[in-house]
Amino acid sequence: MEFVNPLTGFRLDGRRPNEMRHIRGEIGVVANADGSAMFEMGNTKVIAAVYGPREVQNKSQQLSNQALVQCEYSMANFSTGDRMRRPKGDRRSTEISLVIRQSLEASVLTHLMPRSQIDIFVQVLQADGGTRSACINAATMALADAGIPMCDLVTSCSAGYLCTTPLLDLNYVEDSAGGPDVTVGLLAKMDKVTLLQMDAKLPMDIFENVMQLAIEGCKAVAQYIHEVLLENTKQLESRRGK
Amino acid sequence: MLQSKSFVKKTKQGRLVKVVREHYLRDDIYCGALSCTSCDTSAARLSPPDSASIIIVDTNVVLNQIDLLENPGIDNVVVLFVVLEEVKNKNLAVYNRLKSLCSNSARKFFVFSNEHHRDTYVKEMVGESPNDRNDRAIRVAARWYQSHLGGQANVLLITNDKENRRKAVEEGLSAETVESYVRSLGRPDLLDLVALPNSQDLNMADVEDLRPSKRKLVYIEHKPISEITTGLVRGIFHQGKLRVNRYNPFEAYVGSESIGDEIVIYGRSNMNRAFDGDTVAVELLSQEQWQEAKSSIVADDDEDEEEDVHLVPNSADDAPRNSDPAQIASGALNPVSSRPSGRVVGIIKRNWHSYCGSLEPMPMPAGNGGIAHALFVSKDRRIPKIRIQTRQLGNLLDKRIIVAVDSWDCLSRYPSGHYVRTIGEIGDRDTESEVVLIENDINSRPFSAQVLACLPPLPWTFSPEDLANPNRQDLRHVRVFSVDPPGCKDIDDALHCTPLPNGNFEVGVHIADVTNFVHPGTSLDEEAAQRGTSVYLVEKRIDMLPKPLTEDICSLRSDVERLAFSVLWEMTPSADIISTRYTKSVIKSCAALSYVEAQARMDDSRLMDSLTTDLRNLNSLAKIMRQRRLERGALTLASAEVKFQIDTETHDPLDIGMYQIREANQMIEEFMLAANVSVAEKILSHFPLCSLLRRHPSPTKEMLEPLLRTAAAVGLDLDVSSSKALANSLDHAVGDDPYFNKLIRILATRCMTQAVYFCSGDLSRSEFYHYGLATPLYTHFTSPIRRYADVIVHRLLAAALGISTLPPVFQDGPQLTSIADNLNYRHRNAQMASRASVELHTLIYFRKRPTDTEARIVKIRANGFIVFVPKFGIEGPVYLMRRGEKNGEWMVDEVHQKVTKPGTNITYAVLQTVKIHMEVVEPQPNRPKLELTLL
Repeated sequence: MEFVNPLTGFRLDGRRPNEMRHIRGEIGVVANADGSAMFEMGNTKVIAAVYGPREVQNKSQQLSNQALVQCEYSMANFSTGDRMRRPKGDRRSTEISLVIRQSLEASVLTHLMPRSQIDIFVQVLQADGGTRSACINAATMALADAGIPMCDLVTSCSAGYLCTTPLLDLNYVEDSAGGPDVTVGLLAKMDKVTLLQMDAKLPMDIFENVMQLAIEGCKAVAQYIHEVLLENTKQLESRRGK
Repeated sequence: MLQSKSFVKKTKQGRLVKVVREHYLRDDIYCGALSCTSCDTSAARLSPPDSASIIIVDTNVVLNQIDLLENPGIDNVVVLFVVLEEVKNKNLAVYNRLKSLCSNSARKFFVFSNEHHRDTYVKEMVGESPNDRNDRAIRVAARWYQSHLGGQANVLLITNDKENRRKAVEEGLSAETVESYVRSLGRPDLLDLVALPNSQDLNMADVEDLRPSKRKLVYIEHKPISEITTGLVRGIFHQGKLRVNRYNPFEAYVGSESIGDEIVIYGRSNMNRAFDGDTVAVELLSQEQWQEAKSSIVADDDEDEEEDVHLVPNSADDAPRNSDPAQIASGALNPVSSRPSGRVVGIIKRNWHSYCGSLEPMPMPAGNGGIAHALFVSKDRRIPKIRIQTRQLGNLLDKRIIVAVDSWDCLSRYPSGHYVRTIGEIGDRDTESEVVLIENDINSRPFSAQVLACLPPLPWTFSPEDLANPNRQDLRHVRVFSVDPPGCKDIDDALHCTPLPNGNFEVGVHIADVTNFVHPGTSLDEEAAQRGTSVYLVEKRIDMLPKPLTEDICSLRSDVERLAFSVLWEMTPSADIISTRYTKSVIKSCAALSYVEAQARMDDSRLMDSLTTDLRNLNSLAKIMRQRRLERGALTLASAEVKFQIDTETHDPLDIGMYQIREANQMIEEFMLAANVSVAEKILSHFPLCSLLRRHPSPTKEMLEPLLRTAAAVGLDLDVSSSKALANSLDHAVGDDPYFNKLIRILATRCMTQAVYFCSGDLSRSEFYHYGLATPLYTHFTSPIRRYADVIVHRLLAAALGISTLPPVFQDGPQLTSIADNLNYRHRNAQMASRASVELHTLIYFRKRPTDTEARIVKIRANGFIVFVPKFGIEGPVYLMRRGEKNGEWMVDEVHQKVTKPGTNITYAVLQTVKIHMEVVEPQPNRPKLELTLL
């Protein structure tokens, strides 16, 4: 199948290979939570809520020198076309929960909050490829909203390789083509990679190109999140009346 | 700007799912006109001259008039994205042609992504059909072009759809039909290329009126698609690809999965307008009708279709199916055929393309404005005659032309089509050679500039940097030589044989290192993959790789340093392989011998030089290896290859004779086989899932049937249980005359199928077996200059040795399979083309030389027999009685394969020698054919 039209150079949805989908982020969407955010990448829409730092509920898990970070990923039953009823805690969501937790833990300054716990809940409201990346981005924003100390923002973006072209930010159709899908999580300012996943084989030189493309994507996302956060801070500032 | 497209889709389980896709609209899509001031013109293509206009075509114009669009007379065409997509969905072949048109830099075709442009995207309106929506999108795009370009250029919409044209004119666009547009160009030659609109149109009705007898239905109407789908589901109809018998166009087979057998279809009316290769729906006939259908074929046989004299088939794939009309006519022989027979009720997918042939001779009609209707006869006998309309009949009658099919409706006996182009005069050697190439889908165009750009700078010489590569071994000091047919310029293999101090020999096979120059992913590589193999015609060679590579850089010529890929064995004097080593190397061949020279050196006992000693050593090793191979059960099959002597000036054949096989040939063959086997083992052990190997399936009992029948008729009992048993019984099949054994071997050869390439991941290990060579593994490694398979194997071997990485294509199983399929297809076509070329030259040779010669009878028929002429490697029918006469005075004995004339003692039995006369006759003007008559 032609995922990139050889004559026009456009992808199926009209993007160029190095273009991302529209992204949109919003902070403070769940009033109950300490911090929350909604993040959209095209038709992929996820919501994240952060609770904490708070007292550790299960004392046996308590860490004396750092905070405990927990993450729960779930997909709403209505998030995909077929509205399937999904069991909770299946392999895939356990894996994604772990991935999100690990890549975010790299930026949270956990040693500042010993004997406490931070809970991150992410839920996919609408899935159209790249849910992993969208979840990380939403969780980062929610953590920032909750005022949890972090050394940098972790942002994520995926890139694939189809029709001998590296493609940025695969949507569901491109994702299900079965080609390689590289998801990168990046500490944008420090230029450090916190997450790198790929479930296919790719020659080394091509892989480097694809990964570089995903990194560019992460940086673009970071830029956008910065703007959103800055705007949010300005509003808070004006509300305080200064 | 964002639009979302949403539609409802049915899943495989039958549930309805709403699908929502994003659809981005952009403002950075350019119009593609060079004169445009507001757009980026770096990729612009369109530059209409003052009087001409930019034309926008609709989907049906592309689908029906692709031949016209391909003509350089049509240019400055905007292909809208919506048209491109519709064409892709309707006809992939046309889509590919359109794609190559649009990417051809010499043509001014521009693809405009109207679906992604902010101003030209249209949303489907309520109650609007997709077709109407697309028509509207085309008009909106045309209007956008008109306003965007302002007065700079005219925009003309070309559509044959009346409604669309009317709406376009209402909206202030200029719109025309294809015909009126072509007329306005003032190029009458282009008019012939215009495909006729559907036969329901007025135009066609005139024609039908001229032949009132044909007004009645000739064929049964095809069932509507909905009925076919329900029929397929309910099991009344069966779907499959129709294959017409190459030797009897009135018989076709449909391989059906639903009944797990081939359905036979007899006669054109049962085939119901299906062409070879069409996907059709078939209805089974009731059992009583099977026989009826079979015999009706004779009555249907009103066209004069006779079997021609042709080359002796080399394998079962070339040979006629063993159901000759003679058997069908005397139906009593096989009571009720076990095979189901059926008739076509509908065509699911057409496989129409263009065909090569000539017009049926006819008188020039008077008047009619110069337009004449003519019947086109394809060279491929499986294709029915095609009716075309032409304005240049006088010109075309003695020409080979290409014709494309447009439609076939049930009122007309023949399909109608249109003229595409002329190849040349019938009978002219160049024309007929080109016909051979076109018929076999062989690309003989010169290599494109992009491909040539991938060549190393010329003149190429060996540089010390090549040696600096640690993976490349310097073997220049070794006494390497090559042995090839005389005049061979693409030398891809060379050998050496050095005695070692311990009494063993080091034997090396050096193969041209083509992959050092052909890198994966380059256009050179893609072109070679597409061509698959070099094609050898009698008078020329069509290369797989450009000439500098084929004849110079890669060719292992003598006295120059060349890069090679070497297989080195240590062998004992009794030809046991002690060790095998593979390496890239540099060699300097000391002699490029021909088979004759090599043989002469070995035979000349006075010569004691080192080269001759090497040759003798190799020969003795080869003899042992060959003996061992035969003991394992390898078949020595014989083919009747002929060789022409060609006049250097006129390129006409001067002499014709059997190709002689010498010991030297067998020696080289033996080492090449050994190298191939060694390489196959190596690559399979490293890449068990993605190696390219070659297998030869064992022939089935059914395939060997004709051989057994013939053998039984002469009182010979062949054991065909295994290749070893067959090899043994072939060895024991000696008759009174020396040629008998060879004849039996030739007959055996034609029962075998051909060996095929495959990807090792697709089959299980037991299926890898090569029947003919009796080896469990085989591949092709030794001719990378002329076979692409060898190029792939070279890459695999290099990767297995860790010299280079494996190109990504090998990780893609389906793609590897499709490469193997393409190689098989190209390989087969190349062989067919070579055979056709030899047939053509045989005809040219006998044109001036009627000859009397000896022939052997190979098959008895009701009205004569088929003879094989060993001297010229051809076979053909000899008729004992005229066509139409029922076997009057001759008695045919099918069991003993014998014809007798009662009352006399004249009998002809199979394998008997007869004297025949060969002469070229022209029963119809411009249709020469070789005729064999009994003396």
